[in-house]
Amino acid sequence: MPRLVTLRLLQMLVTLVLLSAVIWLLIGLMPGDPADLAIAADPRLGPEDAARLRALHGLDRPLSERYLAWASAMLQGQFGYSRLFSQPVTALLWPALGSSLALLGLSLGLSAGIGVGLGVLAAARPRCAPAVDALAILAQSTPSFWLGMLLIILFAVTLGWLPAGGAEGWASMVLPVATLTVVNLAAYARHAAAAMTEVLALPYVTTARAKGLSAATVLWRHAFPNAALPLLTVAALDAGSLVSGALVTETIFARPGMGKLIYDAIMGNDYNLALLALLLAAAVTMLATLAADLAQRWLDPRLSP
Amino acid sequence: MTAAHRLLHRWRGVGVALFGRTAIGATLLGTMALAALLAPALAALLGHDADLPDLFNRFAAPSTAHPLGTDDLGRDMLLRLLYGARVSLTVGVAVAVAATGLGTALGLLAAWRGGWVDALLMRLADGLLSLPALPLLVVLAAVDPAKLGFPRGEASTDILRITLLLTLFGWVGVARLSRAAALSEMAKDYVAAARVSGASETRLMWRHILPNISGPIVVAATLAVAGAILSESTLSFLGLGIAPPAASWGNMLSNAQELVFSAPLGAVWPGLAILLTVAGCSLLADGLRRRG
Repeated sequence: MPRLVTLRLLQMLVTLVLLSAVIWLLIGLMPGDPADLAIAADPRLGPEDAARLRALHGLDRPLSERYLAWASAMLQGQFGYSRLFSQPVTALLWPALGSSLALLGLSLGLSAGIGVGLGVLAAARPRCAPAVDALAILAQSTPSFWLGMLLIILFAVTLGWLPAGGAEGWASMVLPVATLTVVNLAAYARHAAAAMTEVLALPYVTTARAKGLSAATVLWRHAFPNAALPLLTVAALDAGSLVSGALVTETIFARPGMGKLIYDAIMGNDYNLALLALLLAAAVTMLATLAADLAQRWLDPRLSP
Repeated sequence: MTAAHRLLHRWRGVGVALFGRTAIGATLLGTMALAALLAPALAALLGHDADLPDLFNRFAAPSTAHPLGTDDLGRDMLLRLLYGARVSLTVGVAVAVAATGLGTALGLLAAWRGGWVDALLMRLADGLLSLPALPLLVVLAAVDPAKLGFPRGEASTDILRITLLLTLFGWVGVARLSRAAALSEMAKDYVAAARVSGASETRLMWRHILPNISGPIVVAATLAVAGAILSESTLSFLGLGIAPPAASWGNMLSNAQELVFSAPLGAVWPGLAILLTVAGCSLLADGLRRRG
């Protein structure tokens, strides 16, 4: 196990280094470098000022040289400043990460809970299966940003019960969490239904029933633990789409977090912030995937060699 | 079983045949495709242009001239929906074809060559799968096409750009699927038999393995259409996909979001169109999977 973790961590590191280089290159291809932006902001500056600014900040040097300079600064722990917010990048990243993790954690818990509940219901009561199935297809086909807008129109604009956005108090969490929960629930419902249907047909379940155990005990104590393992795989594979969901939801509900930070940084040409936020989001995603993998191995010793 | 039960049972059988997943999915997609094809004819019939503002007719209520009313610039909502369908379906099908083609080719290559080719491709796939896709797509979509030598701001360039970006992430799932399926096929006796009777490796891959793994690949391609339509609309909604004035369901919703207080109904139709199209793809894929 320690060997596996080391290997995976190394793989993560390589992915992050490659990702940072690729994004650095891409940012060089985006419209408007900082000197262009300074000129656009101040009409008194001319082309020669731009050239001087570029030389001053090293923007006239080749991309590869600038990347190496940036990487060595990173390794020394100098993460630099955000142009858009005029603050150190670290002062922006940690609160944003905390806010996103709260949002994602809550909605992951809810969607897994409700999804698994629906899936088990479909497996235990075949009469309910078509309804659960239809619900799952509906949920997974709904674009998250549209659902968010509809919820805002209904609960914030028409009824006025909940705030349309922001991050003040628990009330502002309700709509974003609901949006993410509905969108993520389908995968859990479908996989839980499939896994439970398979497990409930196994002989040991019949034995448990024949022993006279109650239906609930058979379902939750005997069948469910075995069906739950594949669900961890779903959770592991879903970490990336959770972060993607956060970007959309946070942007719609104007909720400060990693997703909105990345979007705002890209749109505002704040490249240092964008790059670091993206790397942090990628690192957290990969760590979450690794954690789900390890949990799976711990629960099912057959997976470990 | 009472008579009523039996009747119910029989009717359910008819219902499944008539309203089975494949049938519903194909009907939904067919209707969308037909509507998209008929967009210019309807534009001629109604006598409007989908992209041209008509400021004397802003927020018009539904009427015979404007069946779904008009938006904040007085453009006909129904026409914009139909032209949006063209964009969404084009991107969806183009991404599905490109990603499935690339993914199948790379998956077969990995399965067939094994060794370092396999390791390299699969590590690349793992890496791409482990990353959050949308934040990366946002970065990639923000790249200035003019710096790469493409003209900026044309709808056809936008469609091509989004198709390329989504293909970049879309091939991974298909590649893993086709690799796994090809590996299990290659272990079967008929492959050994074909080899012994002197079939070339190319013939083996294209004539024997590929047809036998095509079932799951077709299902994956159908799902890829759904995924691409959702991603395109998300990017367009975020202002990084199809740029206005060309209509796309995503940028119509982005426009509607700004008008949530004045014209909330404008937010309903484009989302419903996305929902029905994506659900159609999912149902079709489900139906195909259960059959084969």
